[in-house]
Amino acid sequence: MAYDKFNVLTSTAVPLPIENVDTDQIIPARFLKATERIGFGDNLFRDWRYNQDDSPKEDFVLNNPRYSGKILVGGKNFGSGSSREHAAWAVYDYGFRCVVSSFFADIFKNNCLNIGVLPVQVSPAFLADIYAAIEEDASTELVVDLPAQTITISSTGASESFDINTYKKGNMTNGFDDIDYLLNIKDSIRDFAANTPL
Amino acid sequence: MKKTLFDKVWDSHVVQQVEDGPDILFIDRHMVHEVTSPVAFLGLKNRNIPVLYPERTFATADHNTPTINQHLPVEDPLSANQLKALEENAAAHGISYWGLGHEKNGIVHVVGPEYGITQPGATIVCGDSHTSTHGAFGAIAFGIGTSEVEMVLSTQCIMQPKPKSMRININGELGKGVTPKDVALYIISRLTTSGATGYFVEYAGDVFTSMTMEGRMTVCNLSIEMGARGGMIAPDEKTFDYIQGREFTPTGAAWDKAKAYWDTLHTDEGASFDKEYHFDASEIEPMITYGTNPGMGMGITNGIPNAYAVEGGAATYKKSLAYMGYNEGEDMIGKPIDFVFLGSCTNGRIEDFRAFAEIIKGRKKADNVTAWLVPGSHKVLAAIKEEGILDELHNAGFELREPGCSACLAMNDDKIPAGKYAVSTSNRNFEGRQGPGSRTLLASPIVAAAAAVTGKVTDPRTLL
Repeated sequence: MAYDKFNVLTSTAVPLPIENVDTDQIIPARFLKATERIGFGDNLFRDWRYNQDDSPKEDFVLNNPRYSGKILVGGKNFGSGSSREHAAWAVYDYGFRCVVSSFFADIFKNNCLNIGVLPVQVSPAFLADIYAAIEEDASTELVVDLPAQTITISSTGASESFDINTYKKGNMTNGFDDIDYLLNIKDSIRDFAANTPL
Repeated sequence: MKKTLFDKVWDSHVVQQVEDGPDILFIDRHMVHEVTSPVAFLGLKNRNIPVLYPERTFATADHNTPTINQHLPVEDPLSANQLKALEENAAAHGISYWGLGHEKNGIVHVVGPEYGITQPGATIVCGDSHTSTHGAFGAIAFGIGTSEVEMVLSTQCIMQPKPKSMRININGELGKGVTPKDVALYIISRLTTSGATGYFVEYAGDVFTSMTMEGRMTVCNLSIEMGARGGMIAPDEKTFDYIQGREFTPTGAAWDKAKAYWDTLHTDEGASFDKEYHFDASEIEPMITYGTNPGMGMGITNGIPNAYAVEGGAATYKKSLAYMGYNEGEDMIGKPIDFVFLGSCTNGRIEDFRAFAEIIKGRKKADNVTAWLVPGSHKVLAAIKEEGILDELHNAGFELREPGCSACLAMNDDKIPAGKYAVSTSNRNFEGRQGPGSRTLLASPIVAAAAAVTGKVTDPRTLL
């Protein structure tokens, strides 16, 4: 499934300065029972966001009217744990298009890239600067420029560059996915398969 | 050029390399379960493309299945719908399906090795992070997302950059009561939950060569909990003995040919790793976790570390202890518990049940403990009965449930209630992992057994 093209995203951001945010927090297993990719955003951070009686927890950032935007800023080792792509779907479905952290878990990062959510890894110092800028003024915008591979805090002008390989960058900016690519080389795959031992 | 075990298997599966991009990796075997596959099958339908090699894909139902009354229709309509979707998708695409009630049904990472689907030198993926289990056989095995499940179904390939390499060496002899689970929890506690992110791990040294295949599976299973994509152990005679004669294992001339290849699957002398660790087996104690990630583990007789002594943010650490209802410096020994869970792809195999039985034999389940004992597969269940372990469990006041993932991730009704403590042989102690508000202490089957008969956290060595 091709996805949204990602070019330059300018948005306010939602701060979640917690480390090791795992996929069970992003979306608990009991909400993985759907057979279609619909509605996962409703259960994003379910148990941090709602009490057991489904009333909102007022101290959780997604319930704080001060913060909104298309960019989620998480602590170190964001997305650890399960391979459930539902976690990335929940982030997307809620309305985020970019997740910023000083370190990402591997599978979560890959899942984000595969559905068109851009994971932006910044230095711990820059992450602290982002949190400080949002704390100072929640209407502060971040500018995520994928072609230039930079992220800028608009209120301070501070900027940092981030890594992404050329192939994935091309996919993100064009809205292509890996299956399109793989289907194009099916003959090579068939030749390869004919010579595998298993 | 000197190559690592990982290099040998990875490089031999690269179909193409994309410039400044990923490798296109051919996948030999694909395991599928009900939770992470339906959207992938839907993707195939939307693109109107078939499964390229249905014979390389194996489907089983495990995550979302009840562990009692499996002969009855599944009550939860959403779970029933997901199981039905897998059954229909498998049938539509000619994929073998070991559903609920099938004699080969069980947890995907338990049945793969049991039937010889898992083989040395293979690339194996599944939409489940604990796919790393299969690395115990010298396979490259790792978890993938649903987009990648769709890629493998449609093209038998995924696109990933080659991970960096890490070797973890542990030499010496393990002490009394120290199991493979303790070895893994020890490594994770030393490396943290992100210490191996971006790496593929090889485990080497006396401890792993003398470990049983099931023990190796437990260790490799937990590789993901330190962030590694996967972990692997070089195949040896023990590996070959384990797989010989299983349903999907080659026979005759094909076996000889495969065996000749498998014999080459070891890291060359002098090959280098991006990172290497050395630990001493004698330093490892029976382990238990006290926090909300698998890296928050310690020797069972130690005290809970102080926030200033741990790496990372003190705020996150304190939040974690507050969730658990614990304080810095407290002993874990003697902490009251409410539930015991024996099972999962980490510790749901026959050796785990034997170890549990060894402790509970001649003792009684503590009255304050609810115990859920869940075999990893029907084959494990059958062995529990055949070996007389079921009688021992019954005599000690325990009941056995039917196979599945169960309370490891609590997708079905097996949920630990809010605020309750569970000593679990599973793999994750994340907040709410075993049910909203549940508190998990990860440990080995014998630590779980010791807790089950004493009603509190107990050093199993005092009962051996």
